[in-house]
Amino acid sequence: MKVLVPIKRVIDYNVKVRVKADNSGVELANVKMAMNPFDEIAVEQALRLKESGGADEIVVVSIGPSQNQETIRTGLAMGADRGIHIDASHNIEPLAVAKLLKEVVAREKPSLVFVGKQAIDDDCNQTGQMLAALLGWAQGTFVSDIKIGHDKAIVIREVDGGLEHLEISMPAVVTVDLRLNEPRYASLPNIMKAKKKPLDSITVEELGVDVSPRLTVVKVEEPVARSAGIKVADVSELVNKLKNEAKVI
Amino acid sequence: MSVLVLADHDNGQLAGATLNTVTAASQIGGDIHVLVAGDTSGDVARAAAAVAGVAKVLIANGNSLDHGIAENVAPLIQKMASSYSHLLAPATTTGKNIMPRVAALLDVMQISDIVQVIDANTFQRPIYAGNALATVTSDEAIKIVTVRSTAFDAAAEDGSGASIEDAAVGSDAGLSSYVKSELSSSERPELTSAPIVISGGRGMQDGSNFAMLEKVADKLGAAVGASRAAVDAGFVPNDYQVGQTGKVVAPDLYVAVGISGAIQHLAGMKDSKVIVAINKDDEAPIFQVADFGLVADLFEAVPEFEKELG
Ligand SMILES: Cc1cc2nc3c(=O)[nH]c(=O)nc-3n(C[C@H](O)[C@H](O)[C@H](O)COP(=O)(O)OP(=O)(O)OC[C@H]3O[C@@H](n4cnc5c(N)ncnc54)[C@H](O)[C@@H]3O)c2cc1C
Ligand SMILES: Nc1ncnc2c1ncn2[C@@H]1O[C@H](COP(=O)(O)O)[C@@H](O)[C@H]1O
Repeated sequence: MKVLVPIKRVIDYNVKVRVKADNSGVELANVKMAMNPFDEIAVEQALRLKESGGADEIVVVSIGPSQNQETIRTGLAMGADRGIHIDASHNIEPLAVAKLLKEVVAREKPSLVFVGKQAIDDDCNQTGQMLAALLGWAQGTFVSDIKIGHDKAIVIREVDGGLEHLEISMPAVVTVDLRLNEPRYASLPNIMKAKKKPLDSITVEELGVDVSPRLTVVKVEEPVARSAGIKVADVSELVNKLKNEAKVI
Repeated sequence: MSVLVLADHDNGQLAGATLNTVTAASQIGGDIHVLVAGDTSGDVARAAAAVAGVAKVLIANGNSLDHGIAENVAPLIQKMASSYSHLLAPATTTGKNIMPRVAALLDVMQISDIVQVIDANTFQRPIYAGNALATVTSDEAIKIVTVRSTAFDAAAEDGSGASIEDAAVGSDAGLSSYVKSELSSSERPELTSAPIVISGGRGMQDGSNFAMLEKVADKLGAAVGASRAAVDAGFVPNDYQVGQTGKVVAPDLYVAVGISGAIQHLAGMKDSKVIVAINKDDEAPIFQVADFGLVADLFEAVPEFEKELG
């Protein structure tokens, strides 16, 4: 069984992003980039499945400019077998990503696609659900536990009220949440090994997908900053302020 | 122009976030219809019909629609879509699960988690954990939008009573089936709509120490939340998580206890009216957003706080 893991290259989650002065977007030049944290969890889950004998090949795929090959190498260093880079400009919307991934699925025929629940740059939370729709497959979203059976999987979903257990038929798209696992770090020997693993690059044109954006970004702004507050000396001052000044209790 | 709002509910009650979504719909303009898809959701339909501004409620009642199985609900909405200019859903886990599936079936790009309606085609939404706000416009024939409930007031539930009509249920796609739920039950108000929220972080050290926060919550009529670190450590269930990838809250008062204030946490609470931080580290970033900061050991400060509340 093959597992496909789409991984996105995003600004590292520790970086404080800055809005560009011309309000056209956020500053990407000279900013530390990394694999979307949810996608690390997705890669890790695929690796665990392979290690337990439940999968035999893990293919990671990333859509974006040539630098995305670094992110793919990170996935390979974690332990994925093969990488596919789809060469595209920065701004590919989730619908177009899902269409490109659908073409990759048609070529690779995986039984499972593990997707991050959300990319921490656009915060869209769409791609996995869209891919499942385009394929006519089952979807298990926001998953914190997964048990793979023969042609079905049981997933535990993190929902607003708690947890939900769902049986999904395979092939399926699973979007992974934070509690699914703790991703491993790539060891130095594995980073070296990853340099020799196969990495194919294909173009959007080869896949025949129209990726022109559907939405226009009019502007990107900094949110209004909160004005600085004060430090209180003790609990009674705090309670006094909340009662008499802020009048919230 | 007319707007279809997907109701979030559990077959018994209409989820509050639906009311905020109706308000967003009314800012777009046009007739507002609410779709209640589920099993035995008559009460929910009646509740939706009583929401001010709603012109019509469509009820699709059937076994395959129970528990909001996306593979069954999405095609239903797809079939109705041609009568609408906008499809809206609250950005709850239900809306987030179903709407992108609808969008892909209709070949439309969704606009997620809006915080402002600028006009019928233009919306504002946070990106990068709320560190930037993007204004986006769509010229697609139909707009598919999820709505951040804390950014819109709840519509009143004193409407004159909209008509309720049956909608086609559609067939079971046979792809997914519901097994069971493990829901956290609480007498306290729901986290995303509570007027006061008190949250604990890694500094709480242990799940049992959350009892301290619960005592305060009970005195204030507050909900209890948590940071990711507290959820990951197993102190409290996942549905307590406030933040970029958890729940977004914007209460009148947010009290952060033993929480450092990482940007991913701030993304979920920085629109609260008044923020209090209790932390023993006076350099903790949470103090940069707190209106009232108390540098103290929480194990002393929280019980004292509870006592002072009388
Ligand atoms: C992809 C991704 C998504 C994320 N999503 C979220 C999210 O949605 N929500 C979220 O919260 N985080 C999220 N995070 C995690 C976030 O980056 C932080 O790691 C997390 O918020 C830290 O939680 P914390 O403040 O409880 O723990 P810490 O950062 O460890 O802070 C603990 C604080 O407690 C204080 N403390 C300790 N003991 C005491 C005491 N006795 N008295 C008083 N104070 C004390 C310490 O001074 C410290 O400031 C996400 C991270 C990633 C990578
Ligand atoms: N450009 C991309 N390349 C590869 N995978 C992507 C890309 N964009 C999104 N994804 C996948 O889709 C998930 C959700 O992204 P989003 O819908 O943008 O929040 C990510 O966690 C990735 O798994």
